Amino acid sequence: MMRLYGPKAWIALGVAAVLISVLPHFLSSYWVTLIGKIMCYAIVAIAMDLIWGYCGILSLGHGLFFALGGYAMGMHLMRQIGREGQYQSDLPDFMVFLDWKELPWQWWNTDQFWWAMLLVVAVPGLLALVFGYFAFRSRVKGVYFSIITQALTFAAMLLFFRNATGFGGNNGFTDFKRILGFTITSPETRAALFAVTGAVLIATLLLARWIVTSKLGRVLTAIRDAETRAAFCGYNTVHYKVAVFTLSAVLCGIAGALYVPQVGIINPSEMSPANSIEIAIWVALGGRGTLIGPILGAGVVNGAKSFFTQAFPEYWLYFLGLLFILATLFLPQGIAGLAQRWKDKRV
Amino acid sequence: MSATPVAVNESGLLGRVSTGGLDTTHGAVLYLEEISVSFDGFRALNQLSLSIDVGELRCVIGPNGAGKTTMMDVITGKTRPDAGTAFFGQTIDLTKLTEAEIAHAGIGRKFQKPTIFEQHTVFENLELAMKADKRVRRTLLAKLASVQRDRIAETLRLIRLQDAAHRVAGLLSHGQKQWLEIGMLLMQEPKLLLLDEPVAGMSDEETERTAELFLSLAGKHSLVVVEHDMAFIERIARKVTVLHEGGVLAEGSMAQVQADPRVIEVYLGR
Repeated sequence: MMRLYGPKAWIALGVAAVLISVLPHFLSSYWVTLIGKIMCYAIVAIAMDLIWGYCGILSLGHGLFFALGGYAMGMHLMRQIGREGQYQSDLPDFMVFLDWKELPWQWWNTDQFWWAMLLVVAVPGLLALVFGYFAFRSRVKGVYFSIITQALTFAAMLLFFRNATGFGGNNGFTDFKRILGFTITSPETRAALFAVTGAVLIATLLLARWIVTSKLGRVLTAIRDAETRAAFCGYNTVHYKVAVFTLSAVLCGIAGALYVPQVGIINPSEMSPANSIEIAIWVALGGRGTLIGPILGAGVVNGAKSFFTQAFPEYWLYFLGLLFILATLFLPQGIAGLAQRWKDKRV
Repeated sequence: MSATPVAVNESGLLGRVSTGGLDTTHGAVLYLEEISVSFDGFRALNQLSLSIDVGELRCVIGPNGAGKTTMMDVITGKTRPDAGTAFFGQTIDLTKLTEAEIAHAGIGRKFQKPTIFEQHTVFENLELAMKADKRVRRTLLAKLASVQRDRIAETLRLIRLQDAAHRVAGLLSHGQKQWLEIGMLLMQEPKLLLLDEPVAGMSDEETERTAELFLSLAGKHSLVVVEHDMAFIERIARKVTVLHEGGVLAEGSMAQVQADPRVIEVYLGR
């Protein structure tokens, strides 16, 4: 346990755990939803940091894995609506609207919670495994890998926009009623979702910390810094890259599954290339290769985003761009690097 | 030779090769036969044939572009030959294995420019290089045994970096980086070491110590040393191979090679 963090950090984590379990009872539903959403993004930021910060692979397709996890959860939530939809049919409303008579094959067994949870991890995981294997085996690296992952999420977005794909086209899924039998909008359900998300966030942080402090973590940074040497030391770098890419994708899928019941909607815009680029900005701003930094980065950027999009909606993208430029120029190590510098100065 | 290497796409499904399989019953550890490699029409290697005996220390010299580095690329799986065969021992076909598999089979390589993990400490560099099961899951759960700590400490003494064990490797001097890289090779317990310009950038004293080290390693390991530093070659050489335009021009003792008129013409005489 002490390999992971020092006593101070464990105390901080304990305090965070307590806060997460009591906060929803004191905050308005607006804040519960906002912070819950940001915690989902923080999980994505840790996943991104594992692959980019530690292994040097910039994936600009992580929004896709997040959305796939969200869609898997969304399918189950659609099934949970039962006959309470507009058309009072066993089929989800959009299928009735399209005049479909039965569920398409992708929806098989999605009324079972456990099956949906399996899809949440298996779909992003398998996609990353197969895609990563072929990309890394073909020695696709650096900016080329970033571009093809960006193309992957864009292609998936176009696919999901089509009604025929079977996931509600550009409207996606919404109007959820229940999760595991509980009313999805009730304060108690929201508090529970909030607490689960917080617990998963802390678990993700500890898992990531465990990995990066292990020999595996040192091999990942070795691959980042001198891949040829790592290969000549006998490490099959393709396997390492595929493993970290797959794990990262699975974490994003879980985050997406936690996100959908809290915000109440999932649609193909989650797969837009800009979303994936934003994930990279959280990590860059927070500090690559620090784990804590990207969590802060996700918090700062999304906190600012929800403020800006209400106060000055038209300026948000300018602000985001400015933030990114300033961080690149003045905070090469991100927020975490800044904190480290202050600490060093004091000593 | 710094031409773009031919892409190697095969990836073994197992991250290891049985290392017990090295068969050197015929006395040779490495056989290259009529290896040819072309890059965009340029013949980097032209029917190169070479064999290295068990425990031998072989020096390879030759002017720039003679094919020395390409030869190492072929042996270590970085470049696939267009024609010819490369065998490690009697049975291991090097042209069919990945870089990682070749490393597991027992070939270690030092690059021309010292290539170490600059952000890791000296200790961690040696830990990462150490012979072990290097598959992903085993690496995640790996713990340093005391025997392994002792091995690292021993190597630190050998490469004279025991005081710098916990220093970040990027901060070492050029000569120390060369030594660290040699130390990393030794941690892999290779049967064959390929050393590309190992004393470049070293002080005279460091060069002398490197010569002593290599001479002490020969016998236990087989070594192939590529160097431009003729004083160094003379100090360690037993058998010298001269490469020229991708093939072997001459082979023999340093004195024989130096007396060979063809060698004088293409290389030493300039």
